[in-house]
Amino acid sequence: MSEHSVAYVAQREVPRVPAPRKETGFFGTLRKNLFATSLDSAITIALAIFVIWGVWRLVHWGIMTAVFTGDNREACLPTEAQPVVGACWAFVNAKFGQIIYGLYPIDQRWRIDIVYALLAVLTVPMLSPSVPWKRLNAILLFVVFPFVALVLLTGGNFAVSGAWVGFLLAIAALASVLVAASSVMPSERLLRVARWLAVVSIVVVFLNNIIPSGSFRLLGLSFTTLALIATLLALGAVAACVAAADTQARKLYVLIPLAAVVALVVLLAANFGLTEVPTHLWGGLLLTLVVALVGIVASLPLGILLALGRRSHLPAVRLLSIIFIEFWRGVPLITVLFMSTFMIPLLLPEGVTFNNLLRALIGVALFTAAYLAEVVRGGLQAIPKGQFEGAQALGLSYWQMMRLVIMPQALKLVIPGIVNSFISMFKDTSLVYIIGLADLLGTVRRGFADPNWITPTTAATGLVFAGFLYWVFCFGMSRYSQFLERRFDTGYRR
Amino acid sequence: MVATNTAQAPQTGKLAISDTEVAIEIINMNKWYGDFHVLRDINLKVMRGERIVICGPSGSGKSTMIRCINRLEEHQKGKIIVDGIELTNDLKKIDEVRREVGMVFQHFNLFPHLTILENCTLAPIWVRKMPRKEAEEIAMHYLERVRIPEQAHKYPGQLSGGQQQRVAIARALCMNPRIMLFDEPTSALDPEMIKEVLETMVDLAESGMTMLCVTHEMGFARQVANRVIFMDQGQIIEQNTPQEFFDNPQHERTKVFLSQILH
Repeated sequence: MSEHSVAYVAQREVPRVPAPRKETGFFGTLRKNLFATSLDSAITIALAIFVIWGVWRLVHWGIMTAVFTGDNREACLPTEAQPVVGACWAFVNAKFGQIIYGLYPIDQRWRIDIVYALLAVLTVPMLSPSVPWKRLNAILLFVVFPFVALVLLTGGNFAVSGAWVGFLLAIAALASVLVAASSVMPSERLLRVARWLAVVSIVVVFLNNIIPSGSFRLLGLSFTTLALIATLLALGAVAACVAAADTQARKLYVLIPLAAVVALVVLLAANFGLTEVPTHLWGGLLLTLVVALVGIVASLPLGILLALGRRSHLPAVRLLSIIFIEFWRGVPLITVLFMSTFMIPLLLPEGVTFNNLLRALIGVALFTAAYLAEVVRGGLQAIPKGQFEGAQALGLSYWQMMRLVIMPQALKLVIPGIVNSFISMFKDTSLVYIIGLADLLGTVRRGFADPNWITPTTAATGLVFAGFLYWVFCFGMSRYSQFLERRFDTGYRR
Repeated sequence: MVATNTAQAPQTGKLAISDTEVAIEIINMNKWYGDFHVLRDINLKVMRGERIVICGPSGSGKSTMIRCINRLEEHQKGKIIVDGIELTNDLKKIDEVRREVGMVFQHFNLFPHLTILENCTLAPIWVRKMPRKEAEEIAMHYLERVRIPEQAHKYPGQLSGGQQQRVAIARALCMNPRIMLFDEPTSALDPEMIKEVLETMVDLAESGMTMLCVTHEMGFARQVANRVIFMDQGQIIEQNTPQEFFDNPQHERTKVFLSQILH
């Protein structure tokens, strides 16, 4: 053999032919994979019997002996006619409204339906790559929708204080400064003035929380003197930004954050005639989705910032990021939720109350952010140093480099990890039950504690149903992540 | 490479080299990696339009030196003045220098998630704030100049190494730099592809670009360089015209080096 191959030279060009076929039809595959040896056959048959038995038990319990209709526990109790009772679907049927809407007033449930519909209408095109107007869609979904949903679900008509107006305007002023600074030839001096006004405005907002100053009403809002000063400073900053921007179009862009804040304040403070529904009435799938979606949307950007912070060259930023991440990762979520309910009220000054749901939301978001930060950091570490250098050599700033070059690649690498965190967080939202919030699982559990429905099979039926709903959402996320991976895989990476 | 065979007589003398305009000035520059003294008292003055080839054994600090010029590496002592701007910790100055200095790397460092055209327009759009349409026109112009306009909508991973490196050159040129740095641009390429990249670089040299090139392509050095710099152990130990450098090396270390690579 060897003496042949040593001297071998191709005499003619061998044509390229397709690879030989691996399997020979359905039976061939079966034989090769399942019945290759007698031991294989034995294992296959044993497992097949087990699977058939399991499926049969499930069908028997869930369909054949199940009770589908009924008004109370009587329907699901074993009788002489039916000594064995399987799943009690009548219970799920009776509690369905509560499982989906919680204790939300029945005549107000249309508000939740609108929120669900809006969410679906905005999310489906967002997730389908072929639908155009992605930017508008993103703004509607991530900026407009949360506030519309907030007003619809709570009833709106918030008492927006002057301090909040000042704070929001200060943030808007900072955004305007960023917009103005992106002009080709901004007026540096005016920009500096704007930057200082915005920063001072934020400082004044914080001072306002510490130092009491006389309050009065203005434009229907209650201002304190310091809040008014902060508001005026922020407006001054925006005005300076307008003057600093170079082109007409950019002058308009500078005003967008201001317009957004004004619209937001009007939306929140306006009275739309909706009945107020306090958050302790929220429950069921609604609550689960609120906690999970807020958690997902808030934790991803925060997680990315923390990941960047942990790799920062600035020691203070790095240290703070590490402390934050290690703190939240080191504490069980149950502890976080308990602390948010029982510890934070002790630490806050008297009279300041914080909504129970809001505290849970913040807890879940920060907790998930810490995990995501480490996932994203893993992605960042996989990006070769040359990518950073290539971007720097072109003159991209740090944030441009991260946003345009590094993050798109790093996030693509860690899609499985990110979705993994989201799925695990989605299921962990059921822990809010322990601080008295009745989420999907909590509502089901409350349901089978109902004396009207106590039967031997109610609990199992309820849990199977709740489990199925969780599974549908988690499986959906999992499939979508696989779709994303395939889509972003240009496949030509070297 | 059989460099001596392909070498031609210097034909680029007709190109104007400014004798008053300084492009890069490095004065007593020192750099350490931890305790290791990588660059020792580097002094170099590059006039506008000059084409300089830097060679030397591996680990001699040639790459580190040109990476200091656009601050991919930080120097600890001495001065680097690029285009009249001194490099300090001032981020604004660094960005200004990076806008004017293009760089081509050994491993191309193209962005794999962007198409060739997007790779080329990214910096003009975001750094120079150029309208997308104009940036794309300029990008196509330079892609034509490096002779691969037909690849504009492919991804970097679909191109051969030589094509990728030519894209990298086009990408740097799209920023309209006044100075180009090349860090061993042909070292990661298959021998068959070196020629196409070198041709592009010769083309660029003939257009009058100020170039600093770390390379072992001695044929290229003979053909386009008007100065060859030899570095060893973090110091510049010899610099001369290519003619003198190859035919009449002064330093003992240079002679050993040249005998090693030219056979």
